[in-house]
Amino acid sequence: MKHEHRFITIVFVITLLLVLSEASAFAMHISEGILPLPWAILWFAVSGPFLLAGLRELSVRGRHNLHLKPMIGLVGAAVFIISCMPIPVPTAGSCSHPCGTGIAAIFIGPLLTVVVTSVALLLQALFLAHGGLTTLGADLASMGVAGAFAGYGTFILVRRLSGKWWIAAFLAGVLSDWATYAVTSIQLATALHGSASLSKFFLTVLLAFVPTQLPLGILEGFLCVGAYKFILTRRPELLQLFSGQVHL
Amino acid sequence: MKVALTGFLVFSLALGLYIGLRVSESKWTGVDESVIEKLAVEANHPPIGPLINIERGDLPLLLFLLAGAAGGFAAGYYFRGLFPPEYKG
Repeated sequence: MKHEHRFITIVFVITLLLVLSEASAFAMHISEGILPLPWAILWFAVSGPFLLAGLRELSVRGRHNLHLKPMIGLVGAAVFIISCMPIPVPTAGSCSHPCGTGIAAIFIGPLLTVVVTSVALLLQALFLAHGGLTTLGADLASMGVAGAFAGYGTFILVRRLSGKWWIAAFLAGVLSDWATYAVTSIQLATALHGSASLSKFFLTVLLAFVPTQLPLGILEGFLCVGAYKFILTRRPELLQLFSGQVHL
Repeated sequence: MKVALTGFLVFSLALGLYIGLRVSESKWTGVDESVIEKLAVEANHPPIGPLINIERGDLPLLLFLLAGAAGGFAAGYYFRGLFPPEYKG
């Protein structure tokens, strides 16, 4: 009975926080129609193979690991929530959102993160006017592919070099967020620079993101450390089970 | 000590956010609008409307309420499956 109450309380608090935090202001998602058609197709071609590889991995790993689907569900819901949660940044006077793909990649691996991100982005584009269908490939390439692989690669590399999980988790969160916005800058610069210098346009976009994303990236780093610490404390075997991590 | 430190950090963040929101005259637009759309308009490639336009009255509030509730419920449901309350790690 007590456990049921706790469960209801957790669900209620999470739901309440989400409802209160939602507002119609977003961030890295490129809106419908901003990218010219050839660029939109190109970014679909870039992110498509990662999505297919992720679906294949889901099929293979799902057969042997009964805990995988609940973990995918939890991580998918978290990515969906985090990536449409606008956070006001007082230093910039604007809102933006973390991405959650760094955390996701540490827990389930980068390819499965691409899969859950594609679902989150599709739902947001269809029902929340957040991003767009023609720009789905570009958004998936920046948030799903770049964010996931930057976060996962950073985590593995830093953990092996430093031996400290919390440094690795923090940097994975930070760099996955910044990598996402760096790739978004590349996408915009390549498609929209026109007669202007590509590098100059890229720097303009990138620097425009800095006041908002610098603090939000650091926040995402702390989120990553908190989530990792939670699982490490409560069920460390899940980390081994899902991503084959050996704790140092 | 940890609880006190966490409480202090949360309080500091909340206070900073509150002061920032009170003092600033910004419109608090998302960077998709203040950065991406601004640059796209300047490059003569403005965004077109979404496939399903939800900007009708209070419809965005309803949809975000549903999205938040569904996302929160899914997260809580799977969280319980992976971290049952009786588990003593």
